[in-house]
Amino acid sequence: MRRREWLSVLTRAARTRRGTVGLALVGFVVAVAVGGPFVTRVSPTDFVIAPFSGPAPGAPLGGDALGRDVLARVLAGGWLLLLMAAAATLFGVVVGSAAGISAAYLRGRPDMLIMRSVDVLLAFPSLVFALMLVSIIGPKLWLIVLAVGLSHAPQVARVMRSSTLDISERDFVKAVELQGVKPRLIMAREILPNLITPLTVETGLRLTYSIIIIAGLSFLGFGQPPPAPNWGLMINENRIGLQLNPWAVVVPAALIAVLTVGTNTFSDAVARVALGVDRHAERITPLEAYALEAPR
Amino acid sequence: MGRLTRGRGTERRPHPIAGLVVSRVAAGVITLLIVSLVVFAATQVLPGNAAFAILGHNATPLRLHALEAQLHLDRSAPEQYVRWLSGLLTGTFGTSLANGQPVWDLVAPRLVNSAVLVTVSGVIGSLIGVLLGAVAALRKDRPFDHAISVVSLVVTALPEFVVGIALVILFATVVSQVLPAVSILPPGTWAWQRPELLVLPVATLVIVIVPYIFRMMRAAMIEALESDYVEMARLKGLPVWRVLLVHALPNAVPATVQVIGLNLLYLAGGIVVVEYLFDFPGIGQALVNAVSNRDIPVIQLIVVILAAFYVFMNIVTDVVALLATPRRRIAR
Repeated sequence: MRRREWLSVLTRAARTRRGTVGLALVGFVVAVAVGGPFVTRVSPTDFVIAPFSGPAPGAPLGGDALGRDVLARVLAGGWLLLLMAAAATLFGVVVGSAAGISAAYLRGRPDMLIMRSVDVLLAFPSLVFALMLVSIIGPKLWLIVLAVGLSHAPQVARVMRSSTLDISERDFVKAVELQGVKPRLIMAREILPNLITPLTVETGLRLTYSIIIIAGLSFLGFGQPPPAPNWGLMINENRIGLQLNPWAVVVPAALIAVLTVGTNTFSDAVARVALGVDRHAERITPLEAYALEAPR
Repeated sequence: MGRLTRGRGTERRPHPIAGLVVSRVAAGVITLLIVSLVVFAATQVLPGNAAFAILGHNATPLRLHALEAQLHLDRSAPEQYVRWLSGLLTGTFGTSLANGQPVWDLVAPRLVNSAVLVTVSGVIGSLIGVLLGAVAALRKDRPFDHAISVVSLVVTALPEFVVGIALVILFATVVSQVLPAVSILPPGTWAWQRPELLVLPVATLVIVIVPYIFRMMRAAMIEALESDYVEMARLKGLPVWRVLLVHALPNAVPATVQVIGLNLLYLAGGIVVVEYLFDFPGIGQALVNAVSNRDIPVIQLIVVILAAFYVFMNIVTDVVALLATPRRRIAR
């Protein structure tokens, strides 16, 4: 039964008002990003109109800095952001949970070693960490996913560690330990299934940050290389022409904003359902709860 | 507690906070040493031949050799690291590969500008956040509280560059043109000499950090307001302002200090995008430029500075939060 716990948390969250709003916002952007490449008939890299010309019959959102169709570029420029953000989040959550659970369950030297590494990684702001890795190897997409995922791992590890510390004291864990089951199996079969709820909450939070950082890297020019349509890159390419054709900047920026607001609102709904925060109690997000008690 | 244990030999026992500071500083130094190793490994050792990566298509054997000598890439990795680290510790940071300027001459004025940006944003953001949080806590579950909580949920999720672009559209280009869209400082001028150039970058950072401070302050303040000692103070018939300022507020401060600390740390990363967006000459913009130019000595120094800032701010935040907690001032 507990295997479906996270699913029930998600469906209950989706039924709350915040959850519905968040899901609708995310759904809209995902529909644009995933369906977009199939809808557009204009090539996103063809020069079809005068640079920075405003909306015209052939091009509803006008042209960009080089005279390419803004609408076509918007429709084609989102799916990679979604894919990279999802991959980075998954990577960060998996690595972070593995590290956090091992640290708390194995204690002693592994704990010290893992938490020291966590302290070191935390000293790098996520974006700076990614920039540093990109500086020599170049803005490879896999490297960005790896860097962003790795920069999430410390926070995930901290949350998972404190949750594991509680659970590993419970009787059912002690009982299995007495049967002589290997630590690796105890962590995977007894402890992990009981951490699904905090893990779901944490994943939502990390997804929002992944989108912000990856879109930010694209904006700085360290993502897909220029001819490719990409929302973050579009904002940077077209901001010199804001006065002439604001749509070339406003539309991709708005889509990124709607996406992050949507994921954050839905995560907030999930956190409330999962952590039992009802509307009479405090509105504390996991981040705040964490910061409040942070025994650093 | 403190009074009971006071007796023989207590004078020799170090002050609890002094002990904490010493152990935290020691841990911080170790962390920074490992950080320096990571920075060194990621920028100079990891990908094989850094010199080739820098020169790219211009790599002739002669130039490769010259650059390898300049970066000491011809030595063994441990020797390179020791040389680089002792340079960091003695203030010899080498020369920029992009323009041959000493790295420190390039970074120092930008460091000052960034410090101004972070300090001004941090102070303004903290004031607004604490004020809004306290008011929302007092008006808990009233329309003001609901409205501002929803706004903060939305704003929390916005990337810095989206907020910045929105401000540029509203105040510097499309809608109105009351403020400059870029914050380019003429060489030799400091950020505080041209306050109008600071407005939009500061506003962007303030908008991004206020929601966190607001929500923490609100939660901490509600907790304090619902506590027994505040109820006691109310029952004693103390005036509302006295209950608020003397009884509730001091107990909400430590949590807020923690969040303000967290936000200053966040700002260390947030300035990168904002400085780039506004062409503000700080270390964030310098870092982006250095990464584009593969200017390794500049990248190394700026990343180490940002990490050192993180470690230092963490220690300061912890100590201040501890000092500000009425209950925790006594040694356990």
